[in-house]
Amino acid sequence: MSSVYWKELGSFFSSLTGYMVLVIFLLVTGLFTWVFSDTSIISYNYASIGQLFVIGPIVFLFLIPALTMQTFAQEKQQQTMEFLITKPLTDIQILGGKYFACLTLVLLAILPTLIYYYSVYELGAPRGNIDNGAVIGSYVGLFLLSGVFVSIGLFISSLTANQIVAFILTAFLCFIIYFGFSFLGELPILYGKWDDLVKYFGVEYHYDNISGGRIDTRDVIYFVSIAGLFLWLTLVSLGRRKW
Amino acid sequence: MYGDQAAISELSFSAGKGEIVGLLGPNGAGKTTTMKILTCFMPPSSGTAEVCGMQVATHDLDIKRKIGYLPEHNPLYGTMYIKEYLKFVERLHKLSRNNNRVTDLIEKVGLGREQHKKISQLSKGYKQRVGLAQALIHDPEVLILDEPISGLDPNQLVEIRALISTLKKDKTVIFSSHILQEVESICDKVVILDQGKIVADDTLSVLGIKSDSSVEIAIELWQEIDAMKLQYIGSVVRVEKKGPRRYNLTTTEDVREEIFDVVAQSGNKLLGMQVEHSSLEQVFKDVTQKKPSE
Repeated sequence: MSSVYWKELGSFFSSLTGYMVLVIFLLVTGLFTWVFSDTSIISYNYASIGQLFVIGPIVFLFLIPALTMQTFAQEKQQQTMEFLITKPLTDIQILGGKYFACLTLVLLAILPTLIYYYSVYELGAPRGNIDNGAVIGSYVGLFLLSGVFVSIGLFISSLTANQIVAFILTAFLCFIIYFGFSFLGELPILYGKWDDLVKYFGVEYHYDNISGGRIDTRDVIYFVSIAGLFLWLTLVSLGRRKW
Repeated sequence: MYGDQAAISELSFSAGKGEIVGLLGPNGAGKTTTMKILTCFMPPSSGTAEVCGMQVATHDLDIKRKIGYLPEHNPLYGTMYIKEYLKFVERLHKLSRNNNRVTDLIEKVGLGREQHKKISQLSKGYKQRVGLAQALIHDPEVLILDEPISGLDPNQLVEIRALISTLKKDKTVIFSSHILQEVESICDKVVILDQGKIVADDTLSVLGIKSDSSVEIAIELWQEIDAMKLQYIGSVVRVEKKGPRRYNLTTTEDVREEIFDVVAQSGNKLLGMQVEHSSLEQVFKDVTQKKPSE
């Protein structure tokens, strides 16, 4: 698994993809958190980096599909999938290597935002006046959410040899699973009776829960099982050649 | 199976150690499919295939460790450097890293001068060498090469051909091509496929004799001659004019003496005469162009 992992990670940084994801994530979240007056901490006057975790998922909605679209689609297009499959590797090792490589890149994008935390910690009056529980919860939530998005991206990428199709479908599916269920719950036909249940299926509900600082096992299990479901579907999709 | 069309059916052949087996056939004959099954890329929809005494369906990982495979389109990661790529393949095979395997291999396949380049910067011939190096890195028992010499220039062709020939000592090499001269020059045994079925499977010398009893004689004359005169020679089946003063005669037996007499009697001179050996090309034509009704 580690050989595929390092190869994937290397391929992110030998092309522009890796740098692009890192720079754009930091640029967009930085602008929204510190510069744009509608949303910035400076004009908001509260010692909180909550804004980062509102923008973060939306940026990932575009960046993670861009990251994962190449994983399998490109290998199929270049026919290197045949190369990988005929090497002594199991499908799980190929999938695992790619999954953790994408997740590592996401983690590398998130890590520098700790500077935001440090800045607000120092700027707070009195110094250090920041809700640490909410910050830790938000980081855990953002990471779990990325895990789900990446698993969706790998699954879609394994279905097609066309990277553009993979990007659009992944972005769409991530949008549905993040916002879709919340919007659906607001429909008059469901509102008041089934809205809680419908929203419960969406990522946003669980993400908001964890962001509050309560790392509830139910929410963690939700994220892990959704990611697991899509990883399992990817394995099934990879196994299609054997049918 | 591709939809309803069986890519290969009732295919059975064996290859032993130290043998180079050529898989030959027109396009779409099932050469690549056969190789994909042997390399465990896809399982046979029915029937079995064994590599090194192991079933492809159940022992795919063990088989993949013993096989070196160069796929038809030679897929490579263009963004990687040659050494980086070969070290990656080395890691995939879980080989120890503290020896000179990669540098030796680069020399062996003749990549020495290009070794610091990115794969995408290499010409087709050099890419093919990288593909070959990748298949050889773990010193496999079985080497499966899908059209390894298509698109190489004549010099590279000779080098790669020589390289493949040196490999056969302790390996089984299965090799596909539709270039007959290639197969003729390096293979010990030929399996000819057509529409997914084996139409011929034998050593080269046996195939040559088997093809048919007709002999082709090419002659060159001093002046034009009436083709009918040649036709009258006993056992000449067909006379074909190949160019000015050049004729090809198809006969059922060796009639060179008669040809000389006929030419001399008509006041003409014979400048050249040659018996064309019944080549693999002829065998290939014979066995793949038969109509099913025949």
